[in-house]
Amino acid sequence: MSRQPNRIAPHATLGGGRIDRSRPLGFRFDGKSYTGYAGDTLASALLANDVHLVGRSFKYHRPRGILGLGAEEPNALIQLARGNRSEPNLRATQIELFDGLDASSQNRWPCLKYDVGAVNSTLHRLFPAGFYYKTFMWPASMWLTYEEVIRNAAGLGKAPEGPDPDRYEHMHTHPDVLIVGAGPAGLAAALAAGRTGARVVLADEQAEFGGSLLSEDDVFIDGKPGPDWVAEVVAELASMPEVTLLPRTCVHAYLDHNYLLAAERVTDHIGAVIPNTPRQRLWKIRAKQVVLAAGTLERPLVFRDNDRPGVMLSTAARGYAVRYGVTAGRKPLIVTGHDDGYRTALAYAARGAQVAAIVDLRPEPSGPLVDAAREKGIDILAGHSVAGAHGGHRVEGVDVAEMTTDGSGLAKVTRRIGCDLVAMCGGFNPTVHLFSQSRGKLRWDAELDAFVPATVHDPKHAPQASVGGCAGTMTIAQAVKDGIKAGLDAARATGSTARQPAAPKVDEPGMGEHRTVWVLPSDKPVGHKGKHFVDFQNDVTAADLNLAAREGYRSIEHVKRYTTTGMGTDQGKTSNVNALAIVAATLGTDIPAVGTTTFRPPYTPTTIGAYGGRNIGKLFDPVRTTAADPWHKAHGAKFEHVGQWMRPWYYPKAGETMRQAVDRECMAARNAVGILDASTLGKIDVRGKDSAEFLNRVYTNAWLKLGIGKCRYGLMLNDAGFVIDDGVTTRLADDRFHMTTTTGGAARVLSHLEEHLQTEWPDLEVYLTSVTEQWSVASICGAKCRELLAELCDDIDLSNDAFPFMAMKEGTVAGIPARVYRISFTGELSFEINVPRRYGMALWEALMAAGEKHGITPYGTEAMHVLRAERGFIIVGQETDGSVTPFDLAMDWIVSKTKTDFIGKRGLFRPDLMLPDRKQLVGLLTENPNEVLPEGAQIVEEVKPQPPMVMLGHVTSSYYSANCGRSIAMALVKGGHGRKGDTLSVPLAGKTIKVTVTDPVFFDLEGSRRDG
Amino acid sequence: MQLIPCPWCGPRDDAEFHYGAEAHVVRPAVPADCSDAEWEAYLYLRRNTKGPFAERWMHTNGCRRWFNVIRDTYTHEIFASYKPGEPMPDIAQLTAKKDA
Repeated sequence: MSRQPNRIAPHATLGGGRIDRSRPLGFRFDGKSYTGYAGDTLASALLANDVHLVGRSFKYHRPRGILGLGAEEPNALIQLARGNRSEPNLRATQIELFDGLDASSQNRWPCLKYDVGAVNSTLHRLFPAGFYYKTFMWPASMWLTYEEVIRNAAGLGKAPEGPDPDRYEHMHTHPDVLIVGAGPAGLAAALAAGRTGARVVLADEQAEFGGSLLSEDDVFIDGKPGPDWVAEVVAELASMPEVTLLPRTCVHAYLDHNYLLAAERVTDHIGAVIPNTPRQRLWKIRAKQVVLAAGTLERPLVFRDNDRPGVMLSTAARGYAVRYGVTAGRKPLIVTGHDDGYRTALAYAARGAQVAAIVDLRPEPSGPLVDAAREKGIDILAGHSVAGAHGGHRVEGVDVAEMTTDGSGLAKVTRRIGCDLVAMCGGFNPTVHLFSQSRGKLRWDAELDAFVPATVHDPKHAPQASVGGCAGTMTIAQAVKDGIKAGLDAARATGSTARQPAAPKVDEPGMGEHRTVWVLPSDKPVGHKGKHFVDFQNDVTAADLNLAAREGYRSIEHVKRYTTTGMGTDQGKTSNVNALAIVAATLGTDIPAVGTTTFRPPYTPTTIGAYGGRNIGKLFDPVRTTAADPWHKAHGAKFEHVGQWMRPWYYPKAGETMRQAVDRECMAARNAVGILDASTLGKIDVRGKDSAEFLNRVYTNAWLKLGIGKCRYGLMLNDAGFVIDDGVTTRLADDRFHMTTTTGGAARVLSHLEEHLQTEWPDLEVYLTSVTEQWSVASICGAKCRELLAELCDDIDLSNDAFPFMAMKEGTVAGIPARVYRISFTGELSFEINVPRRYGMALWEALMAAGEKHGITPYGTEAMHVLRAERGFIIVGQETDGSVTPFDLAMDWIVSKTKTDFIGKRGLFRPDLMLPDRKQLVGLLTENPNEVLPEGAQIVEEVKPQPPMVMLGHVTSSYYSANCGRSIAMALVKGGHGRKGDTLSVPLAGKTIKVTVTDPVFFDLEGSRRDG
Repeated sequence: MQLIPCPWCGPRDDAEFHYGAEAHVVRPAVPADCSDAEWEAYLYLRRNTKGPFAERWMHTNGCRRWFNVIRDTYTHEIFASYKPGEPMPDIAQLTAKKDA
């Protein structure tokens, strides 16, 4: 076990922090072994081992250390674990340490200490703001090459290449009150709301509740140290049956109507896969009331080379010492414009560190904290600036000097002070992200120098309250008081009448006025010798922002995209307000005039797998299969997706090509017996006394007089006059019909019918039920199909006279009760045998067995397409595309002239739908009978050497037809009905095919085969 | 993710619904009497209101019933929902009540 040089022994009165020193944990970072303790984060454990250099910056590959304590961390981005469980861009400050944790730094090669990419830093003149758009733009043809190199050189971590092996769950919850953040304000709110009996969810992104109280040693509530008060409150909350406590749960999205998303890390902190336990849970929370208690994010100070490892946020430095028992430096220097920085100095002094100095931006600091620091003998440099930092892999010292009174320059020459830690406090930004996501408006608070929540967007669903730091409240006493009120108000809004409990007494250091200096003055202008970093993660400097403003960027959204400030995994948590201030100063305007960029979900990066949950793989989209599906699979069918259905496409025999198989199937379906699994066709049961009238209105033809047991083909239009579906409908009884739809259109047609029934014709008594899944359908056709069916069916007279075309008979087929329809999509004599789905396989097997001697041949959707095209039958969605009318299809015969109205009738008579040169359905025959046109190919009259040419239309269906002994095609061609016999051209890459326009019927032109 | 009040099922997540655009667009009783312009208006012309708006929704993954909602298309605030055939509430009155 390695010693932990920066781990300090527990303090006699202040304690040893929140770690468990009895549970040492081994871990690896960049291949080297270290130890930490249970309760550590990876960041605190690395600092305990004196590891400050943890990453390389994005653009310049500058050495970087840990800046923050939590979600705000821009530098310490870590790749965790290996293989397909590997996860990039995790913040070391948020990774809970576990035994065996294996972490790597990112964006360095060959190793962190000697990174080749660091040459970028010396070539920085090549990488100004917008360098993508400038340096690499010329010659333009090289951009793709440049981009590839840039993408390889940049980038943060590496995404795993295989599927995520972990499991994620979705949870739905509907609390009365959701409280986001379990710091002092959130805990107080939860307690007040929970005591009323309201259903409360309290979520916090950290492993332990308490927020800032865990990192302070100078706050006492009701006489107890902060963490003790937290423990009591959490214990009481845990005992409440209606309160759900969600630690390790980051509420990261605030969507409409109080719908919030939170990701719970269930096993990430254990570092092992736990059986029957998801890795993460995505909580989908619909809250009646929301209390935001998200705290604050500290602002860095912008000074020269402020990115040296060892320069960190003051509250972070203090958090490591107080919460984790780690001194991030033995000789800290504090630079602050705020009394809060003094607390860090005092925390370090109390733990034996020798504070190098407090550089205070304020000329005359005063107050209890300042007095306490003076009493400790700490050197306070009032009205001073840090002109720049020194050091390579670790800060070694800073240059300080007295500022001019207005803070714009230095009044004296600089002097060097040695230090190994710079704790900077540039003030605090309320964490307004979720409030802003709820579309609430922000207001610039000139006293705080920060944006605070102002007006809510939708009062009915806005956050009921923002309390504590995220509302701009800077004392814990007030945060707790506001939290209690907000928690109670929220509970009352959902019906509680409980009384408000008394606020606890809070003892905390008093704070005085602060001073904000956005860019600390230096002995050299910004942009000369060294860099003033604003956005650490994206390597955006004050000089870059100045440049963007000088180049004419005014909108902060544009500045963001041009300079990349505020982008990346941290989304500018530490940089945004500094960037706004610098842009405002350059533009000579104020910060509210510049405004903020839009806050968008998620607050912190969230694993995509959590959103997927269980809806992946087979559960992503259901696959629908027919009852005979196992038979198709066992007999080598190739399948195609039709909507969610898996349909046999063709059944190749050993050694057959697709073309050979389809040719064989097409020939057999006419000359012997073909059998098609037609179960996927949409089926709708239409019932009620007005059913016939209803069909009369939704189809173009007449339905009132259709006899019972008779079938009719129908074309369905929308009110614009365009074809949307077709199918055969059969009258089962006076008040009952069996409608079929296209396979892919079933759900859409049902919705279309329901919409009209509910909204236009509520007076009609019609009931619609989808029965697609209730029936298995085997469609047999061909010369021998009647003979085959007769063998299996003795209770239906199958003769043409007794059972004519377009009729339905009920009977028994292979011992199974069946409805047999004499309808045909191939033009052959054909029977569609419908049986209850559970008999589908039995029917199929019986037909195959009895049909063997007749040469029964199963055929798939490809042969079905060819067979129907041979007869010129359309497929909706292939010959039609939502802009085709029945007249375009030469189906005038199906459009009733006598009905006063049907859906689409008026639409058909719009002027544009009656133009003579509309695209109309025709057949095409190629000059060479073996040439098969590609579907979608464009058709022209006059071929030019190169486009553009005047397009006449396109090929909608095209096949080789074995039955015709040649290729056939259907097409939509402008004025096609008047072009029969014309020769047109289909220009393709490298060749042009001549075609003759024909009727779209290629086989059995008299239609004599349907009766056998 | 809005919370849509279905008049039959109560408030439900908007993932259960299908949007149906402007409400109270009535199919003309005698389409043959419509001029081309009137039929075009019925087919295609819809208001694109910013603010409170009467619109149709269908509870697709629920009761499969169509209904109407008065919803602010900008704030997404929902003021009322009602069954087809019921008269459109007075939008000005609904929104005024909220301000009071």
